Order: sequence, then structure tokens, then C-alpha cells
Amino acid sequence: MVETSIFPADTDHVITTRQVNFFYGETQALFDITMDIPGRRVTAFIGPSGCGKSTFLRIFNRMNDTITGTRLEGEVRINGENIYENGSNVVRLRRKVGMVFQKSNPFPKSIFDNVAYGPRIHGTKDRQELAEIVEKSLIRSALWDEVKDRLDTNAIGLSGGQQQRLCIARALAVGPDILLMDEPASALDPKSTIRIEDLIGELRNDYTIVIVTHNMQQAARISDYTAFFYEGSLVEFNATKKIFTKPREKQTEDYITGRFG
Amino acid sequence: MRRQRSEQIIYLLIRLVMYSIVLVIGYILFDIIRNGLPALSWEFVSEYPRKSGAEGGILPAIVGTMSLLVGTIIVALPLGICSAIYLSEYAEQNRFTAMIRLAIITLAGVPSIVYGLFGLGLFVLFLNFGTSILAGSLTLACMILPTIIVSSEEALRAVPRGYRDASLALGATKWETIRTNVLPYSLSGIITGSILGIGRAAGETAPILLTVAAFYLPRLPNSIFDQVMALPYHLYILATQHPEADKVLPLQYATALVLLLLVLGLSLGAIIIRIHFRKKYRW
Amino acid sequence: MWKDKAMRLLMLSAASTSIFLVALIFIFLVKEAAPFALKPGLDALFDRQWIPVSFVQERYGILPLVTGSALVTGLSMLFTIPLSVLGAIYIAEIASPVEREILKPFIELLASIPSVVLGFFGLVVLAPLIKSLFGLGTGLSALTGALLLTLMAIPTVITLSEDAIMSVPRAYKDASRALGASDLQTIFQVIIPAALPGIIAAIMLGVGRVVGETMAVLMVTGNSALMTWSPLAPVRTMTATIAAEMGEVSFGSLHYQALFWIGLVLLAVTFLLNIIAQRVLVRYGMMK
Repeated sequence: MVETSIFPADTDHVITTRQVNFFYGETQALFDITMDIPGRRVTAFIGPSGCGKSTFLRIFNRMNDTITGTRLEGEVRINGENIYENGSNVVRLRRKVGMVFQKSNPFPKSIFDNVAYGPRIHGTKDRQELAEIVEKSLIRSALWDEVKDRLDTNAIGLSGGQQQRLCIARALAVGPDILLMDEPASALDPKSTIRIEDLIGELRNDYTIVIVTHNMQQAARISDYTAFFYEGSLVEFNATKKIFTKPREKQTEDYITGRFG
Repeated sequence: MRRQRSEQIIYLLIRLVMYSIVLVIGYILFDIIRNGLPALSWEFVSEYPRKSGAEGGILPAIVGTMSLLVGTIIVALPLGICSAIYLSEYAEQNRFTAMIRLAIITLAGVPSIVYGLFGLGLFVLFLNFGTSILAGSLTLACMILPTIIVSSEEALRAVPRGYRDASLALGATKWETIRTNVLPYSLSGIITGSILGIGRAAGETAPILLTVAAFYLPRLPNSIFDQVMALPYHLYILATQHPEADKVLPLQYATALVLLLLVLGLSLGAIIIRIHFRKKYRW
Repeated sequence: MWKDKAMRLLMLSAASTSIFLVALIFIFLVKEAAPFALKPGLDALFDRQWIPVSFVQERYGILPLVTGSALVTGLSMLFTIPLSVLGAIYIAEIASPVEREILKPFIELLASIPSVVLGFFGLVVLAPLIKSLFGLGTGLSALTGALLLTLMAIPTVITLSEDAIMSVPRAYKDASRALGASDLQTIFQVIIPAALPGIIAAIMLGVGRVVGETMAVLMVTGNSALMTWSPLAPVRTMTATIAAEMGEVSFGSLHYQALFWIGLVLLAVTFLLNIIAQRVLVRYGMMK
């Protein structure tokens, strides 16, 4: 990027991208994005809707692959490994890179089966072992006390906020290092939003978290670093404090002060 | 005021049209039930016919229709569901997919008697299955394949995309995702649509006329290469070809009633399954 | 991952069978019909008489069968179109929600009655009625067949027309009402014209269904292969001819081949109707 590094000297960069261009068919959605995302920190992506922040997020676990006609140029490395290299294993990648979606999407199964889904897929059969994973994940996602007596009930019956924390537990259950969150609180009421934000605060020391949000206060509250995207380009990336107090770019300042977007 | 009155008359007329259609349907059902019930008995459905169908029961026709349906299901269901999975989960928007869709639309419009000709040409003669359960089942399977594909694809597409995304993001492969998080939730729709297709196969006469049905064969089949009697064909024969058609009228009505009950029973079953599953999965 | 690829391949091959099947149907119909084109030649099909079994001279003219099918289909559409369109209007625009929930399954019920059962009803109830009503020698006539076919076409045409009417944007309706139009004026001057392509496609699919229907017409149209346009005369349709005669021909004979030619004509007609209907639906954005 620019002059001196925005990161402390001992920062370990878990996700690195070099000159990433991304296309939906003929339409280019991302332009030449080069970025280093630090490990065990919360990095927020902000920008007006349609700016490409979600698309960029979905590159890190190759979820864009599920849309036909998409194409990526450039290099994306996670823990040093080029994840778009031929022969790279998508299934292994997605075990290491969990994702939480904008709209909570628990499966219409029991709470237990929701959390146990990932481990089961990856070969854990032992009921005892599964029960331990489920408990640990639900404790981690601060949901255990609310649901421990009704693990067998259908997850669809949970409230919106509970559903989203269940989805986080489900993602944690497969043991990822990185958590991608695509506007995880945008469909929730303020109280549930605060709980999710608190949860992110608790997870920050153990996971690398990348969160897309359209809520600037939220980015300011929870993230260590903030990247501002506009029309498919990365405009500015810096420590969150700097972005919100002394943005370098005019566009960033305009967006943050609410002059557009 | 005047305009309103004339409008009300027109409304009344439209309602009249609708309810006369309902009335006619109701009368047909009523007529068949009223005249069919008296001749319907346990003996009628459990005995062999005698005197070329003028006496006795219709057991071989019931067994024949059932074996045809089983054969049809075995062939059409896996093929139809797998086609639907391809179209809903894998297919890209390209020429090949467009060709598949065109083919399905075409198959859905082919008249049943043409399926009969096709079955005769391919299964009975070319593959030398003879007029047999096998040839008849395969013909009926071809006929209901489009129904099963279309309704199954609709059921698969009704599963929210979020389930697929969540499952993939947890590291499941595409097939694991389909097997564990798409198919189970669409099963009710798939079954409902398939039963409706099978109901159609149960009542069809034209295709089996040329590929399997026996005029009068008062015994049960031993193998899939046997000819059988079938309910719809039996009704046709009794009603039009029997030398004493008038005298066997009660038996005709009873046969029609059994066939109607079978087909409507299948439809009713489909509706019950739909309601049951709707309670289980909601999104 | 190999399993994932294998499953994809399996689904792909299943889906391809539909294409394969269409090709097979065409190939086998042509295969059985083909020799006729060489001897006696296709001219023979345009004869005005269908006398496939004769001590003097067999004649394989399918024209009387084509006119038979056309007469029965045309008559049936005369009833089907107004009944179905009005029925669809009633269900979509006039009926209360509760009524809708009852009427729709009832119409579907009609669709699930086997055609042989309808044919039987036509034979024992409708034909005698027609006979005494018009003072005919027999109640087995084009009209009797057409009435039964109307019952078979109604569910298709009502359901698809109703879809078309429901797909008209609410905004049209509101705009019309806001201009002071009554509900009825809105229905006939705004909604129906907007839904017309869908209704036309529905009618075409209904015609396809009627042309291809076999058992009901076989049982009640009287089956005499005469060229006539009289609704009260007995006629013989293409479908009924195949069903009635295929059982008695010797495989490979000219008669057998001629029956396959009739099958090809049916296939072509229904294929065209289907394709045009789909085109109309796609063109006017009414495809689901």
C-alpha cells in the first residue's frame, strides 16, 4: 500500500491478496485489490452497498465459486497458501475459514444437529465427542445457557438473535482459524446486535475476524482495522481509529461523515 | 345505479359458470359412486373374473395395475429425481440445459397414445420384451417422467439458498450439501408431485393398450415378461367390447369406482403428505 | 472429491435421458412408419377415405381422421374457452379466499379423473342424453366427444389462465380503479388484455391435450371414418383410430405403418402447439 506500514512490526498477516480482480461474467466487480489482513484482530470492511465488500469477503472461502460465470485474477493467500491454485482443496479451506451470513440460516433441524453438522460431515461419529463439541461451541457463542435444556428442539423456533449466535456456534464447531461475517447483525434488533458485538469482542483474541458492515458505528466499536471500499476498489485501509478520526482520502471522509452512501 | 345492476348480473353469470362446472364434476363423481357402490364387495376385489368378465371379480386387473405402477415407480422416480437435482443444483445457463428443458416440455406434450406407439416400437418389438409388464411399465415411466422432473425441480428450488451456502461454508461438498441439506427438505414436494404423476399412470389406458394389457386373463402374473389385465383397460373392454355390455353395467360401474378410488386415493395421500411435511419444515 | 464429481456425472446423465428419449420417440415412430413412404408412397395418406381392411382396395387416407380430430377439438374449444376463462376470472378475481381454497382442489380433482372413467360416464350417461335431446339414432357423436373433452381441457386451461391473471401486476388494477373504473371494467379492460398472452398459451396447451386425448373419444364418438363437419354425426379421430386398430393389425403391414404415420402427425401437431405456447409465455415474461 503506502509509505509506512499501518501495522505494528510483529503483525502476522493471515490473509494476503495481490492485485485481485473479480468478474461476474463480463462485469468487473473488484479492481486490483492488494491487502494484508492481520491475524487475531477484527478487520471491518465498510462502504456503500454494491461497493464489492461482500464479494471480496466471499473470496476468502471461495463462496463465489458457487455462482456460475465468476472469474478471479490475482493471488489470494491464506496462511501463505495460494487458495486459488489448481488442486487446492476447497473443503479443507472452508474448514479453516468459517462464515456467518447476513440472514441467519440455521438448518430446520434440532439445535444439536445444527452445531454437530460440520463435525459430522468431517467424519466425527462418536456421540460423546459430538456432544462435547456442541457444548463447547455453544458456550463460546454465548448461547449455551439459553438452549442447554432444549438441544433437541428445532432451531427455527429460536429468536433472530439466538439463531445468529447458533450460526456462529455452528461455524466454530468445525474449528476454524478465521471467521468471515457478512453483515451478521443487520437483520437484528439493537439488543441482539449488542450481544453479537460483545461476542465478537470475546472471540477476537482467538480468531481472525473479518466483518462486513454497513453500520459505521459498529465498525468503530468492534474493529481494530477498517477498510473502505468504493465501486469495487479499496480506497483506504488503516487502523480503525485513524480511519474514523483522520481519514487520508477525501472519499473516505465523505462517506464517514455521511455525505454520501 | 343502472350500471351497478348490470354489473351484478354479469357477476352472477360468471359465478353461475363456475358453479356449473363444479356441479358437473360433482355429478360425475356422484353417479359413479351411487351406481358403483352396490356392486362393490370384498368378493369383487378379491376374486377372479368368470365368463369373460360377466361374473366374478377383478383381482387380476387390480394386481396388474399395481404391478405396472411398481414398475413405473422403480424406473421413473430415480430418473426423474436425479434429473431434477441436475437442473436445480448443477445446471448452468447454457445451450445444453436449454436443450434438456425443451426436451422435457416436448415429452410433457406427447399424447399418451403416441407413447403407446413408441413403447410398441421400442420395448415390445425392438427390444423384444413382448407385450409384458416390463414393456408397459417402461412406457408409462417415459410418460410420467416430465411430471416428476418438473414437480421435483420446483420442490428443490423452494429450499432457501441460505441452507446450501451455510452447508458449503462449513466445508461440506456439493453432494453432501444436496444429500443432507437440500433433498430432505424438498422430499415432501418431490413425493407429492411423484404421486400425482403415478396417479396419472394408474388411470392411463392408451399406452398400455399397445404394450401390456390383456383382454381377459384370469390369473396372476409370474414374471415381468407376463401380460396382465389392468383396471382402466378392463373398464374399457367391459363397457365397449363386451357382448352383453348392458347386463354387466353394475360391474362396469364398480370397476370405474375402484379405479377412481385408487386414483383419488393417491391424490389424497399426496395432499396429506404435503400437509404433514409442511408442519415439520417451515422456513 | 471424486465422489462429488461422480454424483454430478450421474445427475447429468439422468437429465440427459430426456433429450435421448425425445430422439428415441421420433426415431422409432419414423422407423416403423418409413417403408410406407416408398410403397405405396405418401400420396396414399392424402386419400379421402380410410378403409384399411378391404377385399377390394385398401385405402389409407388420413384426411377423414384429421377432420374428425379437428371437428371434435374445435367443438370442444367452443365450450372450453368461455367456460375456462370465466372460471379463471372467477377464481382469480371474484371468489373469496375461502372459496378459492375449495374451488382450486376441486378443479384439480377433475384433472385426476382417468379419461377412461370419463369416457365410461359419457357412454352410459351423456350419450343417451344427447340421443334423446336431438332425436338421433345414436348418441355417439362428435358433440358427445367434444363435451367430454371439454371436461378434460377445463382443468388445464383454468389453472394456467388463472396463473396468467394472477401475474398481472397489482399496480394496473389500482391505476384503473383510481381512474374511477368499476371492478368489472377493470377486469375486462385492464386485467384480461394484460393476461391475454398467458391465456392464449393456456388455450393452446389445452388444444394439445384435447387433440392427443384417446380413450374418451374412442368410447363416445361413434368411430366412423367419414368426412363430415356435422357436430351430431359420428366421427373418428386420429387417436381413436390408433387405439382401436393397432390391436388387430399384423406388425409391419401397410396398415400398421399407416397407423404410425398418424402417430407422427399427432406428435408434430402437439409439438408445435407446445413450442408456440412456450414461446408466447417466454416472450411475454410469463414463464415461472
